[in-house]
Amino acid sequence: MISYILRRAMYAIPILIGVNIITFVLFFVVNTPDDMARMHLGMKRVSEAAIVKWKDERGYNKPVLFNHSANGAKKITETIFFQNSVKLFIFDFGRSDSGRDIGYDISQRMWPSLAITIPSLIVGLLSYISFGLILAFFRGTYVDISGVILCVIMMSISGLFYIIGGQYLIGKFLHLVPISGYDTGLNAVKFVFLPVLVGLIGGIGASTRWYRTIFLEEMNKDYVRTARAKGLSELRILYRHVLTNGLIPILTGVVVILPSLFIGSLIVESFFAIPGLGSYTIDAINRQDFAIVRSMVFLGSVLYIIGLILTDISYTLVDPRVRLN
Amino acid sequence: MPVIFITDFLIFLLLFGSIAFFLYARKQEHLTAPWKEIKKQPLAMSSAVILSFFIIFGLLDSAHFHPRIETDEKSENVYSNEILSVLDLLLKDLRLKTEKTYSAPLASYSFSKELIELEDGKKIRDYPRLLYGGANLDNPKTDSTSDIIKRISLGFLYGLLISSVIILLIIFSLSKVRNEKFIITLKKCLSKNLETNWMSIFITMSILFIVIAVIYHLSQNYHVFGTDKVGQDVLYQALKSIRTGLVIGTLTTLVMLPFAIAMGLMAGYFRGWVDDVIQYLYTTLNSIPGVLLIAASILLLQVYISNHANDFNSIEQRADLRLLFLCIILGITSWTGLCRLLRAETLKLREIDYVQAAKAFGVSNYKVMLQHLLPNVMHIVMISIVLDFSGLVLAEAVLSYINIGVDPSMYSWGNMINSARLEMAREPIVWWSLTAAFIFMFILVLAANLFSDAVRDAFDPRLREF
Amino acid sequence: MSLFLFCIGCDQSSWNNPYPHEESDELIYYDSFSERPKHLDPVSSYSSNEYIFLGQIYEPLLQYHFLKRPYELVPLTANNIPKPIYSDKNGGILPETAPEENIDTIKYRISIKPGILFQPHPAFAKDKNGSFLYHDLDENDLNKIYTLADFNVLGSRELQASDYIYQIKRMSHPRVHSPISGLMKKYILGLDELSKELNSLYSSDSSSGYLNLHDYSLSGVNLIDKYTFEITLKEKYPQFLYWLSMSFFAPMPWEADFFYSQKGFEEKNISLDWYPVGTGPFMLTENNPNRRMVLEKNPNFRGEIYPTEGEEFDEDLGLLADAGKKMPFIDKAIYSLEKESIPAWNKFLQGYYDTSGIVSDSFDQAVQFDSQGDAELTDEMREKGIQLLTTTTTSTYYMGFNMSDDLVGGDSERARLLRHAISVVVDYEEYISIFANGRGLPAQSPIPPGIFGYTMGKEGVNKYVYQWQNNKVKRRPVEYAKELMNKAGYKNGRDELSGKPLVLNLDTPAAGPGSKARFDWLRKQFAKIGINLVVRATDYNRFQEKMRKGTAQIFQWGWNADYPDPENFFFLLYGPNAKIDHNGENAANYKNKQFDLLFDQMKSMKNSSDRKIIIDQMVELVRYDAPWLWGYHPVGFSLHHDWYRNAKPNLMANNTLKYKRIDPDLRSEKRSIWNQPIWWPIVLIIFIGTIILLPAFFLYRRKENEQII
Repeated sequence: MISYILRRAMYAIPILIGVNIITFVLFFVVNTPDDMARMHLGMKRVSEAAIVKWKDERGYNKPVLFNHSANGAKKITETIFFQNSVKLFIFDFGRSDSGRDIGYDISQRMWPSLAITIPSLIVGLLSYISFGLILAFFRGTYVDISGVILCVIMMSISGLFYIIGGQYLIGKFLHLVPISGYDTGLNAVKFVFLPVLVGLIGGIGASTRWYRTIFLEEMNKDYVRTARAKGLSELRILYRHVLTNGLIPILTGVVVILPSLFIGSLIVESFFAIPGLGSYTIDAINRQDFAIVRSMVFLGSVLYIIGLILTDISYTLVDPRVRLN
Repeated sequence: MPVIFITDFLIFLLLFGSIAFFLYARKQEHLTAPWKEIKKQPLAMSSAVILSFFIIFGLLDSAHFHPRIETDEKSENVYSNEILSVLDLLLKDLRLKTEKTYSAPLASYSFSKELIELEDGKKIRDYPRLLYGGANLDNPKTDSTSDIIKRISLGFLYGLLISSVIILLIIFSLSKVRNEKFIITLKKCLSKNLETNWMSIFITMSILFIVIAVIYHLSQNYHVFGTDKVGQDVLYQALKSIRTGLVIGTLTTLVMLPFAIAMGLMAGYFRGWVDDVIQYLYTTLNSIPGVLLIAASILLLQVYISNHANDFNSIEQRADLRLLFLCIILGITSWTGLCRLLRAETLKLREIDYVQAAKAFGVSNYKVMLQHLLPNVMHIVMISIVLDFSGLVLAEAVLSYINIGVDPSMYSWGNMINSARLEMAREPIVWWSLTAAFIFMFILVLAANLFSDAVRDAFDPRLREF
Repeated sequence: MSLFLFCIGCDQSSWNNPYPHEESDELIYYDSFSERPKHLDPVSSYSSNEYIFLGQIYEPLLQYHFLKRPYELVPLTANNIPKPIYSDKNGGILPETAPEENIDTIKYRISIKPGILFQPHPAFAKDKNGSFLYHDLDENDLNKIYTLADFNVLGSRELQASDYIYQIKRMSHPRVHSPISGLMKKYILGLDELSKELNSLYSSDSSSGYLNLHDYSLSGVNLIDKYTFEITLKEKYPQFLYWLSMSFFAPMPWEADFFYSQKGFEEKNISLDWYPVGTGPFMLTENNPNRRMVLEKNPNFRGEIYPTEGEEFDEDLGLLADAGKKMPFIDKAIYSLEKESIPAWNKFLQGYYDTSGIVSDSFDQAVQFDSQGDAELTDEMREKGIQLLTTTTTSTYYMGFNMSDDLVGGDSERARLLRHAISVVVDYEEYISIFANGRGLPAQSPIPPGIFGYTMGKEGVNKYVYQWQNNKVKRRPVEYAKELMNKAGYKNGRDELSGKPLVLNLDTPAAGPGSKARFDWLRKQFAKIGINLVVRATDYNRFQEKMRKGTAQIFQWGWNADYPDPENFFFLLYGPNAKIDHNGENAANYKNKQFDLLFDQMKSMKNSSDRKIIIDQMVELVRYDAPWLWGYHPVGFSLHHDWYRNAKPNLMANNTLKYKRIDPDLRSEKRSIWNQPIWWPIVLIIFIGTIILLPAFFLYRRKENEQII
């Protein structure tokens, strides 16, 4: 097991190198160090000397990939690419172009993101599973049919509609929760409510439909028929057999997204002014602070790969027939 | 003087490609059988009708040209720099009838008060009359409701008339094809005794024709969906956005298709290091958060455009390039799913006897893939095209919201929502831009979802819902 | 959900209150900020969203009078407004009227008030022996330090003249970027030399660390005694006093600079850019730009007195109610991050922000115009007790032609006619009414109202674009523009030489939602005379690069006055300031010898009728050449609730928070009235849901029964 995880982790390294090269090329073609300097020095009265100084301080005055003037290993290490990318591998994110410590920022902004994503995930799973079960239970009746149609309709509505509508209705019209913002500790509850609700409603269509399919598949299996023949009540069958067996594909599907919960949601966070990693990234894109964007891309890739490994492990835990090799 | 944008070219390529595929598929038993299944489903057929209406609008909007300038000297044709499409010609009224600023749907007065100078030189602050909305009325306050009702009923009648004529024509030609009497075909249609569910097609078509006729009649004298901040007709914008939605939904898949198919087949067929490389490639791409990749690429394109500003002498061209680029980038972020599916399917297929036999006979790898494997994974490709469509249309709106979507000068539902989101705070609220965009998007995506469900069920019984 | 209900239930205040309940009765001012401040170091900060904070924390020598108009400088920490002393080459004192050629140096002798204390700060903390507690920290000591609040012992010190000198020297510090150092090197004697000296030091020894500026002398700035110092300028520069009121000239204690330059501090974001140290009425106690910034009353503040005189009507408006009282009147100011304008506006309406601007989209809700065209609040706002303040800003938004462009630029008659035609046809009156809800004044020249040199009425009209009719300014008709186009050889927008339609390019930094509407409108304007306008929107970086290279054709830009002097606007058109040649602020690259000569003359003059005559000549020159479409001067509208007192717009001063007063009782009363939660729709939804599911329940029962049978 451990050796498997180690091996998978080793596979991750070339992938992360690839990610790094792609992002580096993309962002440095887009934004030369000169651009960054101008962006950060402000709008009025900026001199050339100030730009040179800015690049100097942040190490952007080095050659991009290969340093001819340096000796030995420094030919590679004394370059922008090395200085900015390789350190990411030891999770040293360095400082943003505006001078902030990115690692510290990430450690601070992670929590608001989690405060949104974890409740969303839990509440979402619970309600989608119950809806799915209800539809499966009433299969073929008007509840099921209208439920499925409703799901398709809700799937077809843009997520932006839910956000704008939710803010308008619950925040502005009903005065139930603050429209946007964030606070720490227990005070966060009232801020978290609306984003979670919006996220929940936005995902209802697709997820309920999918879970319903899983449960129905399960219900048509032989053991359920046997149970039914034994005279077990439909409700018991549903809870005992269908739910427990149906949960396996659902939970293994969830595992892959677990790590990415840290990253938060770009849109929801910026609309509800949640100071999480999602809005951090959006801000960085808008401000063209690419040191941050690169770090976030790297973090995202790492978490994605962790998610893949976790999924594999969870498969073996659930189904002993799958071997890790 | 015609102008062909890159996306226009690709759209028509796609159109001819689809026709060619259709002709090819007609002879393939395993591809036609599921279609027969689909043709019987009422929802699927209604959706197909709606989709085809959207497609017609999209195609009309994809034929671009420079209009000629009317000049006094007759010797030489002079063309304007403006680029229009056939749809613009048809919607000339909507396009040119712009008000000064906001006006509500079907309104005759402006949305906000203005300083009006009366004839006697006195000034009052009131809602001014619109230039075009309700311009035929002398006294809109009393007459407009009856005028609107008159137009709606007139439109209803016209729509009913047109649709019944078309329906009768269709039944007539059907009866000719089937060598039956007209009445018999008619009865069969009504009792759903034909292989195609004509009844639902007719109903949907009539509804659409009636809606179009009503809107047409109203739009002669009103702004059906109101006007936006600079007085442009919202209905026109929503109609122009159809092309953008369709392009994103279809071209994205088209652009990535060759890669996804080639890579998926190769990975599954050759295995070994080819498989490793391809897997590495798509895991790497997959692990980069999609939005960030899109943001970077769009910025990259902007740099390119501003460095080569002189190569683009019209906004439309710049916008078109950006649209294409967006499709490519969306394709890059989304091809991996299909590639993985194809790889898994190929892994299974390559062990099947006839593929092994073909290999044993020394058929080249290239031929095996093209002749034996590709046709057998075509259904997966088709399913993923239709399934991706609605997601991409919705994605466009979200991307535009964070300013990395289509060009701001391009008509798209995302841009409409984006610029309208501040209007929600207005009091009284300006809801029509947002509503129009959401309604159009909703209808398209709903139709696409229903249709794709049917396609998936028909082609892949394993995934069928119970 | 139950947890949610529980938590909300224990909170007695309104449910949607974004702040803790306990805060409701305190003297706290609530506001929002939309963009994170980049620099809080007074020597590098140069943007209004940073001044919101810096202005309250740092105290430069001078300030603008809060109430008086036209804007007037008054002493802040200085004892009086310094007078220039002119001397010739030999050091002899010259009278004020001496001709400029004879003047060699200008001296300002400045003395500051004694007894002013810095805010409590760990940099000043000393142990029993009198040596600094936190000036010798290594990385181990920093292990448990994350923010400045983690230092337990705080200290203070009296403000001295040397703190001001230290700050002026910092403009030449090699590791600090000061946007005005280039400008100041031109004027302050020896600053350039000091900068070169320090730069050579820096490059030879690149290790970061403390650079004691007191060790290096700056010939133009001399300490006289503890409270007095002297600044020597190389050239006559009356505008220098305005600069003395900006935070570039705020005092900087060397202790703070030393403290922050210790190893490991910058990595933890503990730096001057992040934690200011000032003598002002407030100090920054929480700096979390991801969420909120908190200013708290500085306990060491000496207690400045609220001004006792103001403008004519200030007494009636209640602006002098606090006259002579000790400021500040509030204990705390909380600024919350608010990126989207809709939530910010709604929270203002719910009473959770004390003041608000008005974005274009909520304008009609807040403001209406009466029959005279004057702005007034809507009934809804008046019922809430909200109040409105308006003022024409000292800014200008213009559209410029790149004068080095072959087509639209240059001195040829043809290009000039084209520029005039475009100027006529871009209808800024309509632009203001559509996009700014009428909150703007079409500009007649670069000078906005409120700045010396602005001319009202008939004399101030730009006759190339407007005409005077019935005692009113009226834009010339489109026909006039078409005529100009004919004269220029662009009949119907087609070049008569080549027969091709005229295509022009507009470069503009793209700006989020709503920009499409603006671009459409602009194209409509140019289309009136047959010009096809291509809007090339790019990000701000790209835009600046284009401006620098001079590849733009037409562009949009704006300028905000640094100080109330016409020089600050005319220099945007001064030849030696051209963007492409000198990387200056003259983005249009306009060059006119006569104009430049007049500028040199006008620059150092005092406001007088002679100066006005020169200004009028300059205005006439640029109107004729039309390097800009003069655009418009925005009119600022701001709203505030009636529990917020002493509000008067002041465009120059940025330290106005100390004048403000809050009535927290009135605020919490109104908040609870405005924010009663509404429950019935939720109940209704649950009810409907139950009704829909009821038949299904019976269905289930029937099914179960069947099975049993």
